[in-house]
Amino acid sequence: MFGLKLDWVCDLPPQHFVLEDYEGGTPRWCPGCGDHAVLTAVQKLVRDEQLPPEKITCVSGIGCSSRFPHYMSTYGFHGLHGRALPVACGVRSRRPDLHVFVATGDGDCCAIGTAHWIHAIRYNMKMTVMMFDNNIYGLTKMQTSPTSKVGQTSNTHPGGAPLPPLNPLTVTLGITNASFVAQTVDWNPAHVLATLRKAYHHEGLSFVRILQRCPHYMDHLWDEVQADPNKILLLEHENGVTAEPSLKRLFPNHRVHDPADLESARNIAACDMPIPIGILYQNESAARYDKLCAVGLNQGVEERLAAVQREIDRFMV
Amino acid sequence: MSTLATSIDKSNGSQSETTRPVQVLTVPQHVVEVVCDSGEGAQTAGQLFGTISAKTGNGVWTVEIIPAEIEPPVRSRSGASGNRIRIGSSEVTNMGDAADVVIAFNEQVLYSRIDVGALRPGTLVFLESKWGSDPQAAIREAYSEAKADFIDRGYVVHEVAMEDECLKVVADARRGKNMFALGLMCALYERDKEKVLAEVRAKFKKKGEKLQAANVALVEAGYAWTERHLDVRYRIPAREIQEELVVMNGNQAAALGVLAAGIELCSMYPITPATSVTHYLAAVMEHAGGFIHQAEDEIAAIGFALGASYAGKTAVTVTSGPGMALKTEFIGLAVMAELPLVIINVQRGGPSTGLPTRVEQGDLLSTLFAAPGDAPKIVMAPTSIAECFHFVVMARQLAETFRGPVIILTDANLATGQSPFPRPRVRSEWLAPPIDQSDWDSSVPAYAWDEQTGLSARPIPGQKGGEYVLTGLAHDERSKVAYESAINQRAMIRRSTKLAVLQKALKPPEVHGDPEGDLLVVGWGSTRGAIEEAVDRVRADGGKVSSLMLRFLSPLEPGLKEIFSRFKQVMTVEINYSDDPGAPYITEENRRYAQLAWYLRARTLVDIDCWSKVPGIPLPPGDIERVLRQRLASN
Ligand SMILES: Cc1ncc(C[n+]2csc(CCOP(=O)(O)OP(=O)(O)O)c2C)c(N)n1
Ligand code: SF4
Ligand SMILES: [Mg+2]
Repeated sequence: MFGLKLDWVCDLPPQHFVLEDYEGGTPRWCPGCGDHAVLTAVQKLVRDEQLPPEKITCVSGIGCSSRFPHYMSTYGFHGLHGRALPVACGVRSRRPDLHVFVATGDGDCCAIGTAHWIHAIRYNMKMTVMMFDNNIYGLTKMQTSPTSKVGQTSNTHPGGAPLPPLNPLTVTLGITNASFVAQTVDWNPAHVLATLRKAYHHEGLSFVRILQRCPHYMDHLWDEVQADPNKILLLEHENGVTAEPSLKRLFPNHRVHDPADLESARNIAACDMPIPIGILYQNESAARYDKLCAVGLNQGVEERLAAVQREIDRFMV
Repeated sequence: MSTLATSIDKSNGSQSETTRPVQVLTVPQHVVEVVCDSGEGAQTAGQLFGTISAKTGNGVWTVEIIPAEIEPPVRSRSGASGNRIRIGSSEVTNMGDAADVVIAFNEQVLYSRIDVGALRPGTLVFLESKWGSDPQAAIREAYSEAKADFIDRGYVVHEVAMEDECLKVVADARRGKNMFALGLMCALYERDKEKVLAEVRAKFKKKGEKLQAANVALVEAGYAWTERHLDVRYRIPAREIQEELVVMNGNQAAALGVLAAGIELCSMYPITPATSVTHYLAAVMEHAGGFIHQAEDEIAAIGFALGASYAGKTAVTVTSGPGMALKTEFIGLAVMAELPLVIINVQRGGPSTGLPTRVEQGDLLSTLFAAPGDAPKIVMAPTSIAECFHFVVMARQLAETFRGPVIILTDANLATGQSPFPRPRVRSEWLAPPIDQSDWDSSVPAYAWDEQTGLSARPIPGQKGGEYVLTGLAHDERSKVAYESAINQRAMIRRSTKLAVLQKALKPPEVHGDPEGDLLVVGWGSTRGAIEEAVDRVRADGGKVSSLMLRFLSPLEPGLKEIFSRFKQVMTVEINYSDDPGAPYITEENRRYAQLAWYLRARTLVDIDCWSKVPGIPLPPGDIERVLRQRLASN
């Protein structure tokens, strides 16, 4: 059996990639941190898609989850807190050949990076955006996040978070030109992978909110949801995440939801419990700014030189 | 001082019965202003006069006169809109001192020029006279009071019935006065009428035949009025023009520089006075194979540019002070992660929103030092409109060679000043893309810092074997996050050394005037023309003063200390704030110096003084001249 496989491997074209080709340094997240599972899912996805590592760029902000690019052996840009999206858009703007993945936290995206979140959604440039939502600031040691639930105690609100949390799904679905919104939970690897696969193939910006465990600061946050599968609403549709039988068995609570239906996506998103997972919305005909950004990409030096000369001539005395 | 005729030509230039004997005064240079209420077109007239003068072979510098508000009320003392055109028989590098001739469409806008010291006794004023017979008594009164006041102030006032003259030719005089004024100016300076009319026709070619013909008739009316009423003409001898010239303002020059530098992405957020760079680019960038992105804010603008740069594209971001403040964190990242980027800061008055449309050189220290921690970067300042073009081309090359951000500091004076300069010869090498997609030798790390120079080549996404994760965290050669003391120290040394290496490649700055003397004036940026003119005037009277302009602020050009040592006194002249040493509370210990002085004192340990102020307008050479004479006298 093994001998057979070896022969078979030797025959493979040199560009066949295996998981190790995408694995960077050893992840330094806490044991049990949900980020590990997402990393593995992304590595599987790009392996399945056979994307050359040099053609992948992972962009992130700052936070535990933004460490993501360091654990991929692809190109990566671990930039500033809150600013992953502008950088990712810039990478994408003149390089349609690159596959762009973005890792951002709930603080990174929904607090300091809010302006960019809204505008990146509207720009709708092709990239896969993973928003790791652990309802807390992890890296800076447990401060309230915009998605922390009322009463959640933290180092900045020892008496509990005072305001109702911001709902990243309804916000995103409210943004003009949003084209892909999904939600998944880190503790179900099959669903994460299926969701990210859909997101990756989406022709535009895909926004995936990943409910993420942070055992270090938010132990028990999702205990209830994990213990009671009825607390999850599995969205399914032939155009959505195709739910395997095992998933369906796990989550008795399912609902057929057509991702083309924005109205119903917004209603589902607005509901706190049960937690919807799957594709809420997808529209591949939304305007794509990256198509505009690529103008003139193929112009040669001589053509550009001629244009510059013409412009300068217009100022001739 | 500037109107003194150097020769008087009493010849009668009469060609027809209507012309009267005129006196032709030959002068080396003149300052002309045309001012009106916003919307009356004085800017167009002024610019055309500037272009025509440049074509005639005169040196020219034009300055926009911009009201503070977008739609100021008519006839308001703060609402003047128009142009100052300084013309000369040699190169003109600055706006000059008081105006010799002013055409004003009402007396109130003239006051707004008087308020900023733009006139002097003897200035020839052409004043629209229709207000003297306005139906409203208040306006009639204001006009006659003002007229009397102008005469008291020593201006030579010519009342011109502009409205009536224009109505003879067009139905709506408010829209035609500017071309009448152009005719007047061109006649006064003996511009060849046929050439002027050809220029006007070309300018309005696209606006339709009717409008074109009306404007031509208005210009002719201006000529005719001058022939009937004026017995003086000014002659400013033309230069032989050897080379092809272009005429434009500093923002247009910077924008053309962006195109010529082969920069393919401009990422911006609108801010005065930088926006016009990007307006121009928005119109043309696509033709030159580039794209302009209007971001949601300045942070996103530079982030987008850096993303593109990381992906191997040439990029620029264009902004002004408040935008620079927002970009600071990303500039630090560009230094830390060694990402090439050209940043153009068209400075305006600060702090905060400050004086949005006005000139100031207030961002030098923040540009050099603003960053968390130590972030050495290249900073340059063009001193002329031509340099606004060439420095962008140079900046792109430096950004790539030295792998980091290069900041160009211009200001509102260069941004809106127009002047002719030799047509740049663009080379196709300038446009070559940096992107290389061949395989990267994976044994070479992403930061293979040369031990001596700190320089290294960078891999670009798409290059197999070059995969690395760029990070703003402290990192080693392989871009691996590293908190070890030794690695951090080493990386800081490498990034800093690059500046020293660049300095080695620079030449010591040239001294304008004698290489030694009693006083050396040091400046940077747009003040060059005014400083050198002031120095020349004082030198003409035997003053031992020279000047030096710094074009590189980081690293500084070499040899400064040695140059300074040859002068008894060294001082900077700048358009930014400094405490007056004689003011209450101000002592040697607490005096805050002008920014370049502050910096040069620290760099050279020379006791450098400064003279600076923040008037919001360019420094006239006459003001600098006075200061230099005082300094020389007090020594
Ligand atoms: C400009 C700036 N402000 C603040 C910080 C500190 N900081 C780093 S990460 C972070 C919050 C991270 O929370 P989140 O985005 O939810 O990521 P997580 O660690 O939870 O994955 C903060 C406040 C910073 N790095 N930069
Ligand atoms: S602190 Fe929380 S989010 Fe951060 S690595 Fe640990 S478990 Fe993960
Ligand atoms: Mg978080």
